[in-house]
Amino acid sequence: MKVLVPVKRVIDKDVRVRVKADETGVDLANVKTGLNPFDEIAIEEAVRLKEKGVATEVVVVSAGAAVNQDVLRTALAVGADRAILVDAGDVELQPLAVAKLLKAVADKEAPQLIITGKQAIDDDAGQVGQTLAALLGWGQAAFASKVEIAGGAAKVTREIDGGLEILEVKLPAVVTADLRLNEPRYPKLPDVMKAKKKPLDTTTPAELGVDVTPRLKTLKVSEPPKRQGGGKVADVADLVNKLKNEAKVI
Amino acid sequence: MSTYAAPLKDMRFLLNEIAGLKEILGFPAFSEVDADTVDAILDEAAKFATEQIDPINIIGDRQNSPKWDNGVVTVSPEYKKVYKLFCENGWHSMPGDPEFGGQGLPNLVNFAVNEMWRSASIAFALCPMLTMGAVHAIEHHASDEIKQKYLPKMVDGTWGGTMNLTEPQAGSDLTAIRTKAKPNPNGDGTYLISGTKIFITWGEHDMAENLIHLVLARLPNSDPGLKGISLFVVPKFLVNDDGSLGARNDLICSAIEHKLGIKGSATAVMSYGDHEGAIGWLVGKEGNGIAYMFTMMNHARIHVGLEGISVAERAYQHALTYARERIQGAIIGDDDSKKNPKPILFHPDVRRLLMDMKSRVEALRAVGYFTAGNMDIAQNASDPAARKKAQSYVELLTPVVKGWSTESAIHITSDGIQVHGGTGFIEETGAAQYLRDSRITAIYEGTTAIQANDYIGRKTAREVNKETGEVGNTARTLYKEIAVFADELAKDAKLGDIGKNLQEAAKALITTTDWAIKTYGPQPQVASAGSVPYLKLGGIVIGGWLLAKSAQIAQKKIDAGDADPYYKGKIGTTRYYAKHWLVQAEAISREIIEGGESVLALDEPLF
Repeated sequence: MKVLVPVKRVIDKDVRVRVKADETGVDLANVKTGLNPFDEIAIEEAVRLKEKGVATEVVVVSAGAAVNQDVLRTALAVGADRAILVDAGDVELQPLAVAKLLKAVADKEAPQLIITGKQAIDDDAGQVGQTLAALLGWGQAAFASKVEIAGGAAKVTREIDGGLEILEVKLPAVVTADLRLNEPRYPKLPDVMKAKKKPLDTTTPAELGVDVTPRLKTLKVSEPPKRQGGGKVADVADLVNKLKNEAKVI
Repeated sequence: MSTYAAPLKDMRFLLNEIAGLKEILGFPAFSEVDADTVDAILDEAAKFATEQIDPINIIGDRQNSPKWDNGVVTVSPEYKKVYKLFCENGWHSMPGDPEFGGQGLPNLVNFAVNEMWRSASIAFALCPMLTMGAVHAIEHHASDEIKQKYLPKMVDGTWGGTMNLTEPQAGSDLTAIRTKAKPNPNGDGTYLISGTKIFITWGEHDMAENLIHLVLARLPNSDPGLKGISLFVVPKFLVNDDGSLGARNDLICSAIEHKLGIKGSATAVMSYGDHEGAIGWLVGKEGNGIAYMFTMMNHARIHVGLEGISVAERAYQHALTYARERIQGAIIGDDDSKKNPKPILFHPDVRRLLMDMKSRVEALRAVGYFTAGNMDIAQNASDPAARKKAQSYVELLTPVVKGWSTESAIHITSDGIQVHGGTGFIEETGAAQYLRDSRITAIYEGTTAIQANDYIGRKTAREVNKETGEVGNTARTLYKEIAVFADELAKDAKLGDIGKNLQEAAKALITTTDWAIKTYGPQPQVASAGSVPYLKLGGIVIGGWLLAKSAQIAQKKIDAGDADPYYKGKIGTTRYYAKHWLVQAEAISREIIEGGESVLALDEPLF
């Protein structure tokens, strides 16, 4: 079974993000980037499936600028077999465009399973996995905390409000990884060094026949309002009074 | 509390622009490694240092230090877990020879990665550092049989290695070594070792399955001086021919020390041969023990210097985090701060402390990386003249990297406490640990005085060109290079002020070097009395030179349209250093030249 893992390069999780002065977006210049943490979990899951003998090949794919090679190499160091870069240059890729690109790649690669992160930690859109499944006409199981493959289907435990839901989807299918699916490993140094020798193919949106022109327009990006200082309440009655009459939430 | 973040920007800048990574990667020895791979290695190492090693630093220090019980040393479960992962993930074997499982990376890349381990925890990183020291000694000097038997498992960290030099009466002076070795009466070619060794870093612990001790000892009827000392491999558990562990050797850790710092590491008192004698194997030839140790010395000293750089960087990050968070008092000359309080980072003197820490750390790192790069060039360049020059720089700069980085680290980590104010004096904030951990670095692997004597003596005043009879050529060549660069930079429209201060500092260093060469022979005590300030002077000027070179490159990048704020920061940091540190060169020069005799002036009873 072939597993395809779409991954995104995002601002490093430890970087303090700053909004640009002109409020057109966040400042990306000279900022450290890395693999989207949820995609790391997706890669780990795919590699574990391969180690268990369930998957035969793990292919990672990333759409974006040429620098995305870095995150693909990281995925190769962790255990993916080969990588595909969809080099879109500096064009802003929006969720629908990414899903279309991934569909085109999936059509070529014909994987039995696609695992990706449930969302990217930069724009938190959380749309690609679901949109991709719809475009492919495949089943989908989002927010997975456990994945078992058997009998041509995936049994997926999903984290939902108030508990867990277990469902079965026929393969091929799209699964998106939630935080508790696994704990990603650190790549081993010899594998980091070998990653450079693993195949990395490059294609482009044009070659895949996908129009990636942005359809959403960002009006403004601004800092969240500064938190106003809190106050102390004297007792429960005071709290209820404030909730009722000041906050007007009850 | 703060979290360690490897200063990857500065590291990459130094690797590429100052230390010659590109040239080094072009050497045939490193044909398997390219710049992208080095980048990936640095990223992964940074992650491992931050997420795995940094959090255990406090555990080893204040929560669960190694415990001794009847010869057995137990470390915390966290240390064990991280050590295991460190080995499994191939970081332990990284600096090893590929023949025995190492990765064959340039020394320079190992150096940068090792900075991360040591910034995260000196105490933890000492364990692989000592093992690799033992590995190098065996690799260079032991028989093939010993190499095959021990190296693969030492390189991957399954077994640890230790260096046993010091004895209670033999500290800086190793001629006083008394540990005995005698040929095994059973005639199997082994030796029986007996004696006590002290200050053995990670001499006993339960992270590795076996420990391979390298022990200096005297054979019967040998020369009473240094030439009578031989080196032996003495394993904790004897190793069977199939590689499995056999009987316990006759050696025991009789105590571990209570220390000021690096408390996460076990510093052992080792007792060899309390019964029949500990079985050992001779490394190389009889009587060559000290010579073998000295071939390791450059390497070991540079790596202790790196500990200084690393802990200073960590203390700076810790202080910076606090200075950004702590709000206290209105800022002088900023009325708005009375209504809208700002963190202490905006107080001019806190700013000065942070600038001082930052600029010195960057200067130390520049000299360290420059030296590490020269080690690769010295070993691998195709041009013999380039190899020779690089080797001469390594020899000259080794005591500077060791002595100046570690002495500076003590002051930088102390300033880190100062930024914290009263809370810095309280252990819970973590600032104090960096000062305590830094303190040993100026002592072990040769105290600062030993480095300074090496620098002013063997590396300068006693460095005689056998053909021409000229003295101190390496030092003069380097300082001339600095002076020529300073003359050029002094004319620069934007960086001329930095160049001017470097000019004056270089002049002070050259004048003092001439004095040292002249004085060393006729007045050795006067020269020696000025040796530590001379080491400091060398460090300040050489560090200033590499910072100024960095600033020049940064300015070129800015002029070419690169908007990375790192470059602006590099220039500002260099300017601070030029105006606060380079200006001290002249005063230190006078201290050395005019002050030497006053050191020795008082008769002994007047103390």
